[in-house]
Amino acid sequence: MLEEVFSNWILPTLRVSTPLIFAALGGMWCERSGVVQIGLEGIMLVGAFFAAVVTHYTQNPWWGIGAGMLSGLLLSLGYGLTVLRLKANQIVAGTAFNLFAMGIPPFLSMIWYDSTGSTPVIPGDALFRSAPLFLMVASVVLSAVFYHRSKFGLRIRFAGEHPKALESAGISVRGKRWQGIALSGALAGLGGATLSIYLASSFSRNMSSGRGFIALAAVILGKWLPLPTVAACLLFGFTELLQIRLQGVVLWGEQPVPVQWIQILPYLITIVVLAFAMGRSRAPKALGGME
Amino acid sequence: MKNSDQLRIPHSIRSFLRSVVGAIGGLLAGLLICRFAGESPGKVLTVLLNSSFGSGYDFGMTLFYMAYFILAGLAVAIPFKAGLFNIGGEGQLTIGALAAAWAGVAGAGIQSPVLAVLFATAASFLAGGIWGAIPGYLKARRGSHEVITTIMMNFIAAGVTSYFTLYVLKDPDSSQAETIPLSMVFQLKPFAVFNGAPMGGLILALMAMTLVLHLVLRNSVWGYRLKATGENETAGSTFGISAPGAWLSSMFVAGGIAGLTGLVEVLGNSHRFKIGFSADYGFVGIAVALVARGNILGILPSAFLFGVLQKGAGSLDLETDKVTRDLTYIIQGLIILGVASDGLWELPARLWRRRNA
Repeated sequence: MLEEVFSNWILPTLRVSTPLIFAALGGMWCERSGVVQIGLEGIMLVGAFFAAVVTHYTQNPWWGIGAGMLSGLLLSLGYGLTVLRLKANQIVAGTAFNLFAMGIPPFLSMIWYDSTGSTPVIPGDALFRSAPLFLMVASVVLSAVFYHRSKFGLRIRFAGEHPKALESAGISVRGKRWQGIALSGALAGLGGATLSIYLASSFSRNMSSGRGFIALAAVILGKWLPLPTVAACLLFGFTELLQIRLQGVVLWGEQPVPVQWIQILPYLITIVVLAFAMGRSRAPKALGGME
Repeated sequence: MKNSDQLRIPHSIRSFLRSVVGAIGGLLAGLLICRFAGESPGKVLTVLLNSSFGSGYDFGMTLFYMAYFILAGLAVAIPFKAGLFNIGGEGQLTIGALAAAWAGVAGAGIQSPVLAVLFATAASFLAGGIWGAIPGYLKARRGSHEVITTIMMNFIAAGVTSYFTLYVLKDPDSSQAETIPLSMVFQLKPFAVFNGAPMGGLILALMAMTLVLHLVLRNSVWGYRLKATGENETAGSTFGISAPGAWLSSMFVAGGIAGLTGLVEVLGNSHRFKIGFSADYGFVGIAVALVARGNILGILPSAFLFGVLQKGAGSLDLETDKVTRDLTYIIQGLIILGVASDGLWELPARLWRRRNA
């Protein structure tokens, strides 16, 4: 009985939550440093694409993971350049990077595979079995420990909460924000990679399909704290699982349950909790502000 | 001191020029990227321009996309006056389009074309308006950040519209995910010069609406309230201007205007609601408003530019070997970055100072 619950519900929930958890942890670090990160969606998409391409090429998923992280990192550094150096508005630039990222996979897949946004299928023995799960658990533990117990975590938090204080301690606020942005890129890229080479066996068009935004919602519901953020990801992962499981299932009456209503649950929950169950100023105080 | 190293050009003209240069720079960067695909940027640009101006039909299609972008751009620019960032144009416009399709079904008995169009207009404006007013209300009463709530509302709109399309208004004779087709009285007539492109008097009406909005926002009490709230919400409230009121009303109007996409798409083009008709037009609206620097009249040329891009890119699939219409996403993103990166303009001055230091 217990084993059945584990293999039918708990393990699958953990699996589908994995991309969300990586991306959300990245988003949390970035926003904690004081930079809004609505570009998670685009980073995941690009990470998923390059992970699939490199895994297909090398037949080794570890190279794929590396490619996903690296491409996410590069994209986020571009974002950092525009918002930290070129003074672009963070929400505007984030939207721009999301649009830009949507164009990259179809552009390159046309050149490499003559397809409009998908990659060749990767054979099963070149895919991960469960390594990303352990990676995910490790990054949750590391994030929580570094957030609560390290100088690094404290300084990132100060960059987002009280940049003046950090500055007067002689530490560069901008430097901390670069680190936060870089973390979000690498982690969201890793999250994207798990979409294409762990949960699937190739990249398909617009594969992230809103998961970057769900991850962002999880950060907000988790009040920008590591463990609550992960809990929110698990909740959203569970609704995703429900949505898959209830496809075509008749629960009452004669019609199957419309999956659309389950699809919108994470977004609905986010709005309701945000509006009615959370106090006003939970966000890092300097979030979105310029120095 | 701040302005000492800048040429003395009036602020509005300077920001207009920066927009133009930023947009052109973004476009050029996007074209240069085509080199990676082995296509010459010049050829891609020729395809873009030919495809959007080459014939009456092509130009009609360009104006058709421009109509989308006028609406989506206004939906961002109006709340921006009140200091709000409406990322929810996409959801508001899909809900508005669905409402227009619903109006066609619910008002199937209407005989007069004028009444039919008025009914559909009211339905799409109201539906989009309510969709926009929800984040406006949550911001005003609960302090929820509008960027987050509008993003969430986009996804909810996608779920709700696909539910209604598949289960409630589904066309039983079609195998596609689309609603029951509208009767003739609901269909807007295109201009003959456009050779069958789905665009007619509507584009003139939208331009007139933009002009009226410009005047209203500049001269009316409501426009003043939005601006006062946007510039300084606490100072505004000392003079009795309610920020929540400005937020709620601007989001309602913006959502309603986005919802009018129902007229462009449902009444003017496909005569029904199809899932996925919008190629992220709502997000392009952010780019449109940004290139216009929040100036309402500036929306018109800006929407035209993005219309050219959208129409032109459609031909890339056929006219080039390795570049597809998805290039628009890359170019749109780069144009936004080109316009939004204000710091680019200080780089020459900074380098100059460093060299002379």
